[in-house]
Amino acid sequence: MLIKRTLSFVAAAAVSMSALAWEPSGKVECIAPSDPGGGWDFTCRSAGNVMQELGLIDGSVQTVNMAGAGGGVAYAHTVSKRAEENKLLVAASTATTTRLAQKQFPGMNADMVTWVGALGADYGVIAVGKDSEYKNLNDLMDAVSADPRSVKFAGGSARGGWDHLKVLITAKAAGADDLPRIPYLSYNNGGEAMTQVVGGQVDAFTGDISEATGFMESGDLRVLAVLADERLPGKFNHIPTAKEQGVEAVGPNWRGFYMPKGADEAAREYWVNAVDTLYASEEWKKVMKSNGLIPFHPPADKFDEFVKNQVQEIEQLSREIGLLK
Amino acid sequence: METLGFLMEGFAVALTPYNLMFALLGAFVGTLIGCLPGLGPANGVAIMIPLAFTLGLPPETAMILLTSVYAGAMYGGRISSILLNIPGDEPAMMTCLDGYPMAQKGRAADALAISAIASFTGGLIGTVGLIMLAPILAKFALTFGPAEYFALFMLAFATLGGITGKNPMKTVIAATIGIMISTVGIDIATGTQRYTFDILELYEGIDFILAIVGLFAISELLFFVEARIGGGRKKMSVGKITLSFKELVHTIPTQLRGGVLGFIAGVLPGAGASLGSFISYTLEKQVLGKKGTFGEGDIRGVAAPEAGNNGASSGALVPMLTLGVPGSGTTAVLLAMLISLNITPGPLMFTQHADIVWGVIAALLIGNVLLLIINIPLVGFFVRLLSVPPMYLLPIVTMVAFVGVYSISHSTFDLYFMVAFGVGGYFLRKLEIPLVPIILGLLLGPEMEKNLGHALILSDGDWTVLWSSPLAIGFWLVAGLGLVLPTLVGPILRRRMRAALKEGPVSD
Repeated sequence: MLIKRTLSFVAAAAVSMSALAWEPSGKVECIAPSDPGGGWDFTCRSAGNVMQELGLIDGSVQTVNMAGAGGGVAYAHTVSKRAEENKLLVAASTATTTRLAQKQFPGMNADMVTWVGALGADYGVIAVGKDSEYKNLNDLMDAVSADPRSVKFAGGSARGGWDHLKVLITAKAAGADDLPRIPYLSYNNGGEAMTQVVGGQVDAFTGDISEATGFMESGDLRVLAVLADERLPGKFNHIPTAKEQGVEAVGPNWRGFYMPKGADEAAREYWVNAVDTLYASEEWKKVMKSNGLIPFHPPADKFDEFVKNQVQEIEQLSREIGLLK
Repeated sequence: METLGFLMEGFAVALTPYNLMFALLGAFVGTLIGCLPGLGPANGVAIMIPLAFTLGLPPETAMILLTSVYAGAMYGGRISSILLNIPGDEPAMMTCLDGYPMAQKGRAADALAISAIASFTGGLIGTVGLIMLAPILAKFALTFGPAEYFALFMLAFATLGGITGKNPMKTVIAATIGIMISTVGIDIATGTQRYTFDILELYEGIDFILAIVGLFAISELLFFVEARIGGGRKKMSVGKITLSFKELVHTIPTQLRGGVLGFIAGVLPGAGASLGSFISYTLEKQVLGKKGTFGEGDIRGVAAPEAGNNGASSGALVPMLTLGVPGSGTTAVLLAMLISLNITPGPLMFTQHADIVWGVIAALLIGNVLLLIINIPLVGFFVRLLSVPPMYLLPIVTMVAFVGVYSISHSTFDLYFMVAFGVGGYFLRKLEIPLVPIILGLLLGPEMEKNLGHALILSDGDWTVLWSSPLAIGFWLVAGLGLVLPTLVGPILRRRMRAALKEGPVSD
C-alpha cells in the first residue's frame, strides 16, 4: 500500500516536473542576421557549440544566416513569422539596439522581442596616433570642448553608428555641448579608419578594443581611454578608463541573444538560464579569451532593462545630433 | 630580399594540400570556361564567386581558386580559337589568326602545344613582373589620404574607355548606372537611407555579387537562347604532336617579347589582356616582317598573342592588388570578391592582408605550372567538351550560379534580383552598353563618394584639397591622359585590330 502510494506520488511528481521544466528537444535554430563570418555569425556558432558540449540541449544548434538591413530582416522575420517559436534564438549586439533606437527597422521597436542575455562584450576605445599632441583623454576632450571642429574622428561605422556614438557619449560626458559639429569620418571597417589615424590624415580613432589591439601593440596607436567601468583584464590592464580620467562614459559593444516575444514562459526561463550557465562555463571563458571578448553579463533579470536603457540613451543622442527628428 | 621572404610565406600558404587542390580545381574549371566560346574569364570568375561562398572557403583559398580560374581561362581561350576559329574569350582573338590556319594544315596539336607553352612563358613573365613591381607601388600606401584616393578613383573611371572602347558615351552611361545602383542603401556619411522605399532587403544596398552574376552569367544564357540554340559542333580531331624541339627554341624570343609587352599592357589601368595579345602579335609581325608567314599558320603567330595575353592577365593584377583599381574586366570581378571577403581594396592590402596577396601571387606561379601540365595531356578532353551543345551546358552553369547565390543569403529576393539583373544585362548588351563599367561604378562609386566627403570634411569644405598634393596631381594628370588618349589612339588601334581580324569575333 505504502509502496503503491509512494510510486504514484513519484509518478505524479515526475509529470508535474516535466510540465514545469521545459526543455528543447531536437533541432534548435539560431539566426545570425548577417552573411557567414562576422560577429553575429560567431555568436550563433560558438554559443551553439558550447551549449552542445555542456549538454544544455540534446540536439544540435543550427545556425541560419539571414542577412539584410543590418539585422532588420531577421528582426522582422522573428516578429512577424516566428512570434511563438520556443526553439529560436537570434544573435544581437549593440548594432541591433542602435538601429532600433534610430528607427532603422521601420515600424518595429525593442519591445517586440524578448531579450535573453549577454555573452560578453567588446569595449569602446578612443585613440590617437603615436605622434599626436594629445597625451590623455582630457587633453583631447578639452580641445573638442573649446572648438568642436578642431579634432576629427575616424571610425568603422556609418554616421550615427556605434563608433560615432562612442565619440558623442564621451564628448557629452566631458561637457562638450556642440555635438553635431564634431567631425566624424566613417570608413568601411575599423582597420581602414585606424590607418588613416596612424598615417596622420585624421586626428583620432574611435572603435573597439579588439580592432585597436594590433596597432596598439605595434606602438603606432596610443589608446587614450577605454570606455568601461573598470580596467580591462590581462594585457589591456595598462589602459586607463574614461571614468578614472573624470569622464563618465561607458560603451560596451555587447553580444547576446533575443528570442520571439510569444514563446512560452517556460521556454524563456530555460533560455535565460541556459545563457547564464553557458556564460559561467570554463568552455565559454576559453572561447571569449581566444576571440578577444571581455566579460560583460548583466544579471538575468536586468538584461532586458539594460537593453531598453541603451536604446533610450542612443535615441536621445541621435536626436541631439539631428539624426532623428 | 624582403619580397622573397614574403613570396616564401606565400608559397607556404599556396602549397598546403587544401589550397593546392583548389588551385588545381580552379585551373581546370578555368580552362574549361575559357575554351567555351562566349564564356570568358569575367563570366567564369563571376560564376565561381558564389561557389566559393557556398563552400565556405577561407579568404586566401577563395582568392586562390578565383585567380586560378582567371589564369586558366586565359589558357583555355586559345583552344576554340585554334580549332574553331571562334575565340573562347576576347583576348584569344588574335590566336585565331595563325592558330586556325595551322589547324587546317593538320597541325592543330602543334598549335595547341606551342600556345600552351607560350601561355606558360607569358604567365611566368607576368607573375615575375607582378612580384617585382607590386611591392614598389604598394610602398605609396600610407601616403594616401582621402584626396589622393578620390583622384585615384577618378583615374580608374577616366581610363575605363580603354577597357571597353567603342562608344565613350556608352561607357559613361554604363558607369553612371553602376554608381546609381551603388547609392541604394544606407549612406554611411550621413546615416540616412537612400532609395530604399522602406523595403528591408534594400537597406544594406544591392549586393554586387548578384549584379555581377546576373549581368554576366544570366545575360549570357539569354544570348545563347536567342542566338545559338541547337546542336553542338562536330567533333574535332587534334592529331599527333609533330612539334620539333628546334621549332620550340625558335619561338623563345617571340614568347619573351610577347610576355613582356603583354605585362606592360596589362599594368596600364584600362588596357587589359586583349590589348596585350594584340600588340604582341602586331609587334611580332613587324619585327619578323617578311621572314614570317603570318596569317597562314605561322607558329610564332600563335606563340606571340598567347604569351601576350597571359602576361597581361598577370599585369592586370598589379593595379588591382596595389591600388584597388582593376586593370581589366575580370580583375574588376576579382575585386568584388575581395570586397565581399571584407578586404578593402587599395594600397593597404599589401600590409594588412599580406598572406592573401602573396598567397595569390604564389598560387599564380603554381597555377601556371599546373596549367601547363594539365593543358598538354588533357587537351583532348577539352576538345571533346567543345562539342557538348550549349543547350545542355549553359543551363548547368546557370543552375550553379543560382544555387551558389541562394546558399550565400538564403533569400529568394536575391534570386529575383539576380534574374532582373540578367534581363537588364541582356538589354544593355543589345544596346552595346558595356557591362564592366557598371560593375566598376558599383564597386568604386561608394569609395569615391566616401573619400570625396572625407576630403571635404578634413579641409572644412575647401575643394582645392582635391589637387593639393603632388601625388593627387599626378593621378589627375594620368586620368586626363587616360581620357584623351583612347579617343585619339583608340580608333587607330581598333581599325588595325579589325583589319587584322577579317572574321568578327563572336564573343564580347
